[in-house]
Amino acid sequence: MTAAVGARRRPFAWRRALDWVAVHSLGLALGLMFTLPIVFVFLTAVMSDSQAFTSELWPREWHWGNFGEVFEQAPLLRYFGNSMMYSLLATAGMVLSSVPAAYALAKLRWRGRNVVFLLVVGAMMLPPQVVAVPLYDTWSSLGLTGTLWPLIAPYFLFDAFSIFLLRQFILTIPQSYVDAARVDGCTEFQALLRVVVPMARPGIAATALFCFLYTWNDYFGPLLYTSEKPDQWTLSLALSTFKGMHHVQWNLAMAVTLLIMVPAVVLFAFAQRSFVRGITFTGVKG
Amino acid sequence: MTATLERVDVARTAPARGRSRARARHRLTVLAFLAPAILGFALFFGYPLVATIGFSFTRYDLINPPEWVGWENYAYMFSDELFHTAVRNTLWFVVVLTVARVVFALGVASVIARLKSGVGLVRTLCYLPSLAPPVAATLVFFLVLRPNEGPLDALLGRFGIEGPLWFADPVWAKPGIAAVMLWVSGDLMIIFLAAVLDVPREQYEAASLDGAGPVRRWWHITLPTISPVLAFGVVNSIILALQLFTQAVVAGSAASGSADVTGSTKVLGFPENSTLTFPVWLYTQGFRYFDMGYAAAMATVLFVVSFAATALLVQRMRKASYQEES
Repeated sequence: MTAAVGARRRPFAWRRALDWVAVHSLGLALGLMFTLPIVFVFLTAVMSDSQAFTSELWPREWHWGNFGEVFEQAPLLRYFGNSMMYSLLATAGMVLSSVPAAYALAKLRWRGRNVVFLLVVGAMMLPPQVVAVPLYDTWSSLGLTGTLWPLIAPYFLFDAFSIFLLRQFILTIPQSYVDAARVDGCTEFQALLRVVVPMARPGIAATALFCFLYTWNDYFGPLLYTSEKPDQWTLSLALSTFKGMHHVQWNLAMAVTLLIMVPAVVLFAFAQRSFVRGITFTGVKG
Repeated sequence: MTATLERVDVARTAPARGRSRARARHRLTVLAFLAPAILGFALFFGYPLVATIGFSFTRYDLINPPEWVGWENYAYMFSDELFHTAVRNTLWFVVVLTVARVVFALGVASVIARLKSGVGLVRTLCYLPSLAPPVAATLVFFLVLRPNEGPLDALLGRFGIEGPLWFADPVWAKPGIAAVMLWVSGDLMIIFLAAVLDVPREQYEAASLDGAGPVRRWWHITLPTISPVLAFGVVNSIILALQLFTQAVVAGSAASGSADVTGSTKVLGFPENSTLTFPVWLYTQGFRYFDMGYAAAMATVLFVVSFAATALLVQRMRKASYQEES
């Protein structure tokens, strides 16, 4: 009896171990597949000019100076400053304008709320190219093309994706907390500031991260408004021309490519949980 | 619970005038909270959308006042060969990218979900490329897919296969861009992973008792349970493909070897217009040729198609939220 059970169990355990190894090696392979391109970029970035032109993967000598040299070849600090200005001001503006709007959509009862929410979702999905012609026309007649203001200013009023995401977060705060604040004599503004904002802090952080990342990575906006003013370029815009200007210097082009990823990766390292929470919220909780 | 009871009591005992005044105040609060958003929506979406449709019936070069031409811009689309090319290219991305992204992201999520250890690490590694700016991600692949010298062609060479010219080959440029898009699809993977991990364990256990293996469990339990999230992935990918711009511009300009991304039109769509997507052609017409009227007509077409895709998404979201409430 016991022998029979043992005989039947053993292959089963073997299969489970095999399954474990298969799944984990597959997972590891996937992780490598996603990171390997970045490793190639790094290895190329520290090669000499001539070696970067070959098919060799491993640097013969490590030219760490390449990272410094790109700053001499292009005004990267200036582009970095422009990108930072765009991302930080837009994110600050987004928080100021979107938190109250999201609160009104999540916790206040009023007629037309669903219609307004649908408009927000609609605006979120609208390709930026659809509204580019009249907006460019308007900013140009205001004399603001060639600056970053046409990109920053809208965030102080309206950012559809942020309102959507913040609403999803605020919905998860129990209504009873808000009701209790109201009973205690709080105005809606006080309830928002003292109850909802502290409780929604992780959600606000996640939304701010996405806003920062989106503006940091934006290419269409800066191309549209600042392409003719090189001193207003952002890093993305500069990088897209860098490859062309230095098409014989793969190592330098790749050094810049790596440098532009650093701020986002550092942010992610500090706020991984917020990122993951934010992403799942965009897709799972309708 | 007590809070709501008290609130009802207060409302019931308050005189009618006080109640209507409270309601007016409430309305004012709502308005105050939404005021920036309403203004912003009107300025940056409402007005330009209407203006785009208006401009689409004009000839306009930004300098001279718009001149009414009726349906001329729309009629011109039929004879504009590059318009047809752009539509075909974008359709290619809508079909290929949607299928590939959803299948790929689901595959990766399913593998990660079965890991017993290291879930966080593998998830992080798979998400990392999504943080790269689209310009940088495209250049990363430009290096990896370098003809002959690049790591992939070097690898293929070991097996005696000669790799294509990738971004310089009109046949392979689009698959190259699709590869970039898959590499940065980490956000969709995380959404799918969360959905897969959310499937109630009891269902798997019940199926196991009935003798269902991992494949049948995945097919009969996982897939149906996460289908709303899959639908989200499909619509999300369609919208992404309709908007494909940056990767196409960067791939084309890098492959053309031209330094002048910001001024030259030669780099857009390189090679042989194979990367000329709908938004790229719209941008070229409006902001390089300054034919704003024609660009506005194309924008109107893009709006109608995107609107249909969005309506699909909203329908799915409402269905999902009803399920959640009931």
